Amino acid sequence: MQHATITRSTQASRIAGILALCFLVYIGAAPWWAGSADLRLITEILFYLALASMWNLLAGYAGLISVGQHAYVGLGGYLMFSCVLFLGMNPLWSIPVAGVAGALISIPVAWLVFRLKGPYFAIGTWVVAEVFRLSAAQMSSVGGGSGLSIPVAVMRDLGRKPDREMLIYFTAFALCVGAILLVYFLLRSRVGLALTAIRDNEVASSSLGVKIGRIKLFVYVAAAAVTTMIGALIFVTKLRISPDAAFSVNDWTVFVIFIVVIGGIGTIEGPIIGTLLFFLLREFLADLGAIYLMILGAMAIGIMLAAPKGLWGLLVSRYDFSIFPVGYRVRR
Amino acid sequence: MSESILEVQNLEVFYGNAQAIHGISLTIEQGELLSLIGSNGAGKSTLFKSICGMVRPRSGTINFKGQTTAGLSPARITEMGIAMVPEGRRLFRSLSVEENLILGGYVRRPGPWTLQKVYDVFPILKERKDYPATSLSGGQQQMVAIGRALMSNPELLLLDELSLGLAPVVIKDIYELLPKILGEGMATILVEQDVTRAMQVSDHFVCMLEGRISLSGQSDAFSHDEISAAYFGT
Repeated sequence: MQHATITRSTQASRIAGILALCFLVYIGAAPWWAGSADLRLITEILFYLALASMWNLLAGYAGLISVGQHAYVGLGGYLMFSCVLFLGMNPLWSIPVAGVAGALISIPVAWLVFRLKGPYFAIGTWVVAEVFRLSAAQMSSVGGGSGLSIPVAVMRDLGRKPDREMLIYFTAFALCVGAILLVYFLLRSRVGLALTAIRDNEVASSSLGVKIGRIKLFVYVAAAAVTTMIGALIFVTKLRISPDAAFSVNDWTVFVIFIVVIGGIGTIEGPIIGTLLFFLLREFLADLGAIYLMILGAMAIGIMLAAPKGLWGLLVSRYDFSIFPVGYRVRR
Repeated sequence: MSESILEVQNLEVFYGNAQAIHGISLTIEQGELLSLIGSNGAGKSTLFKSICGMVRPRSGTINFKGQTTAGLSPARITEMGIAMVPEGRRLFRSLSVEENLILGGYVRRPGPWTLQKVYDVFPILKERKDYPATSLSGGQQQMVAIGRALMSNPELLLLDELSLGLAPVVIKDIYELLPKILGEGMATILVEQDVTRAMQVSDHFVCMLEGRISLSGQSDAFSHDEISAAYFGT
């Protein structure tokens, strides 16, 4: 018999991993080399990457196609505002509080939407987000339908402008890296094993004692918690919140789904490629207005037809490597 | 005196309006090997699915160790001690051999079966432990499926179509390992197309025909013709 070795990674993936690590350090050091405008752009990229990683965890690994994740982005924004205005908290310290609250709120929501399957689940999550938006618009204490702004004094407490921007940047960087690492380590854990098994064969995994409902609930709550934290930070940078901006299905769900689908659903690298491509397109095409959105839509359809596994899937099938090895490969 | 571990009484199962099982009753004792034979569509797999909780019977009772399994999820039933080697193996293709086996032990029931013990019985699986499970040969995949079921330390093992799609020499190997596998006092129900082999290895048998039991008893108490008549309904 031919000799064969089994590894999690390949030579190419190790090199790619080292390059990725260098790139990560470079991005992490952005406050020292990027100007104010670039730093804001990179912060936004990090937000989208984190949101995309969470949606990918839900849809790509747990099979929960939610089109209502903007519920948690908006919830995070409003929780942050409430912490700051009513409890006098530091905006950045309110982020973990928002995360815990988001997780708690997501449990009854899951209880509700988990009764629905497939497309009904998707619509259900959207309806929940809409209910969140309407509820926020009804609460006059947080500005009702017109929203409100963070008092200048609160932001001044975070330090001078460059310090403040650096602080916010590092928080965004930590959240984004944390979100990707969460997915990575989750997939390599017992839960990841169960998730993969469920994706491979739901019937066989349930007959081995994998509690499918409980695992999916866990993933949903984890994704909700992280999405809420990202939402809280997004609105620290925006300084102003209104129901329509906070619960915008376009900004926080449609673009995120676009990113994951073109990048490659069900892979950790997919959202990274997708986010980069999305921002590249936006930088060049955003001036076109509505036509820009039509181009995005056409691209999404084109990629779905030509490469259903996304751009990352295309790369892997051609060059066979991965930066985040969670599977096995045979080498002869 | 040995006591019965599984009691099925007057089981009726429907798929929509079509009735798949018409009032079946059977019992199996601790440590016993029961063969379930019958042609395609006789209801064997439906009976297995009902025992595992994957299909809800319309009426009748299934008692395992004196407790009813009605309304319990497949996961809960596995925790109680029933494991199935499904027809067609149904391995997890994204996972390695060892990960497949570890998933079998997901419920963490204590008992004699550990990863090491499975590797002792199937040494080839240890050699191949890091291979993607579905890259193995059919027979080796069947060993993974058996090992995976054993990892939950079941008290009742359901083997569905053990030899489906395997070469005769591989089937022989697997059956030679059977006593080693069942030596731990597990009760086993075996569904097998090869009636002669099923009769050889089992203590009792049940022959199903169109959702009913057409013949049952000691495996060595009936002639080939009697079984053949029950099998084909002639």
